[in-house]
Amino acid sequence: MTVSNAGVTAPPGRALPDSRKPSGRPAPRTAARGKSLRERDKSGYLFVAPFAVATGLFLLLPTLYGLWMSFTNQSLTGTGSEFIGFANYAEAFSDPQVWQTLWNTVWFTILSTVPLVVVALVMALLVHTGLPGQWVWRMSFFAPYLLTSAVVSSLSSWLFQPDIGLLDTWLAGLGLGPVGWLTDENVAMFSIAAVTVWWTVGFNFLLYLAALQGIPAQQYEAATIDGAGGWRRLFSITLPQLRPITLVILVLQLLASLKVFDQIYLLTAGGPNGSTRPILEYVYDTGFTNYRLGYASAISYVFFALILVFTLVRLLPSKKEA
Amino acid sequence: MSVAELVADRRTKALQERAENRALTKLTIGPSPWVRVGALAALVVLAGLWLLPVAWGAVTSFKQEAEAALPASWWPTMGWTADAYRQVLSNSDLLIWMGNSLVVAVLVTVLTVLISAMAAFAFSQTIFKGRGLLQWLTVASIMMPGQILIVPLFRQMQVMGLVDTFAGIVLPQIVAPVMVFILKRFFDAIPQELLDAARIDGAGTFRLFWTIVLPLSRSILVAVAIFVFIGAWNNFLWPFIVTTDPQFMTLPVGLSTVKNAYGVQYAQNMASAMIAALPLLVVFMLFQRRIVQGVATTGMGGQ
Repeated sequence: MTVSNAGVTAPPGRALPDSRKPSGRPAPRTAARGKSLRERDKSGYLFVAPFAVATGLFLLLPTLYGLWMSFTNQSLTGTGSEFIGFANYAEAFSDPQVWQTLWNTVWFTILSTVPLVVVALVMALLVHTGLPGQWVWRMSFFAPYLLTSAVVSSLSSWLFQPDIGLLDTWLAGLGLGPVGWLTDENVAMFSIAAVTVWWTVGFNFLLYLAALQGIPAQQYEAATIDGAGGWRRLFSITLPQLRPITLVILVLQLLASLKVFDQIYLLTAGGPNGSTRPILEYVYDTGFTNYRLGYASAISYVFFALILVFTLVRLLPSKKEA
Repeated sequence: MSVAELVADRRTKALQERAENRALTKLTIGPSPWVRVGALAALVVLAGLWLLPVAWGAVTSFKQEAEAALPASWWPTMGWTADAYRQVLSNSDLLIWMGNSLVVAVLVTVLTVLISAMAAFAFSQTIFKGRGLLQWLTVASIMMPGQILIVPLFRQMQVMGLVDTFAGIVLPQIVAPVMVFILKRFFDAIPQELLDAARIDGAGTFRLFWTIVLPLSRSILVAVAIFVFIGAWNNFLWPFIVTTDPQFMTLPVGLSTVKNAYGVQYAQNMASAMIAALPLLVVFMLFQRRIVQGVATTGMGGQ
């Protein structure tokens, strides 16, 4: 993925004319960037305008509008709304549902993140051995990522179907009773986490695979000459080199898992007995089922604060590593 | 390039790849045949596990409805049938939703790539007042999870009269600050001499953008486009909120509404899941290499 110098090659035995010779060293950035030619370029505004307008309208405006809404008792039914100060926030902090759904969200994040990193790593290490069937392995592990949440939930609820589903049929074959995959409060979240691992692990797998392909072969060769066996190479060369990408994957995954909504809403609608309802679904239910837009906005912002704190805390140590 | 040349080219590439893979095997797991067999067995088991839900759905979709409701079997005793597919295609809005998804995903992709590339170009190659502030805002908005904006955004769409319109589904999805930064990094790497030379030759900024910067960045633009397309095609939450009329629903939203309507019609349920899954799987088969590369270069997640 490098930018070639527009295919300037010299015919053999003839040097290029000076003006077209690709310079051997990179141009001094500071001088070349900006100053003379770019300085006079006033069309930057035109280029940035569409993106700036879209961002203003569909990101900044709703951010501020939502913030203002969270201080009102606005309803979806559209009658007027009045400013009620911090009443929504006071309610949110004393609302057991907020804490329950926040905990459900965190619990889901804990359950899903670890296998999403570990399984992805195992898959990538196995595929990176270069064993035959590369295309098949990549396809099988990544394909579920391409399915939309509605398809994922259709397929998995069919597997989890009581009595006639594949899993319960197998259990019956082993002489075991059916399991309430999505109906038992102690099991449902585990089932959802398993489905999520199946669905999205492919992305992390590809990130790991790319990182593995970036490890220079010379290191392995040197280790082989020194007589290091396969396992030894795995633990002293491969895994240490994967530390930075693991951190990236972990953070991306945590942030993604915290925003869970689709598969839970479609598989259990937050049940049984609210045991799997994530906070985003509570926002949705409050705003679009109970019409309390103001309160829904307040819950959104409580949730946003949590994500923001998480993001900033994680940005602090990363400065040291860079 | 003639067909024969293409085939020959393919063949040398395949041979090269095979040699590379063999070398890789030597490097990573060494000469031991046992380790090799063990790794291969692990791969087979994992891949089998990962393909199982889709395979099971596919088998079910070719069963008769009466048989699908019997205890699970991998081989339909009542015979294979495509009845479920016929039913689904003739009785539901599946094809309309698919068309809607295509329109939405294409519009989102074209608009996102276009405005992101333009903004990235402005940040990378031009200087204007307020550029620093705008860049800072763009970075800040990367941290904004779109999901928490659903309530105010829906309100905005009501005011703008965009509920149940394509514009309402598409427009909020075209803001992708992450993409702007990925593209800007790439544009920064274009040799400055090349651009300066073009400027000296009298190329205006627009020509610079269209005839030099974009063609040079084809690979990254395609990678970004594929990702935006997959995201838009599969997006559920926003289209689900902003559409109430089945005529405007995208595939994921439409599917979620009929899932309950089918009740115990498992074969039909699986048939519609299979139809919905097909387009992107085909896209993946066509662009596998690019997608794998794209994940590596763009490396952004999201569920």
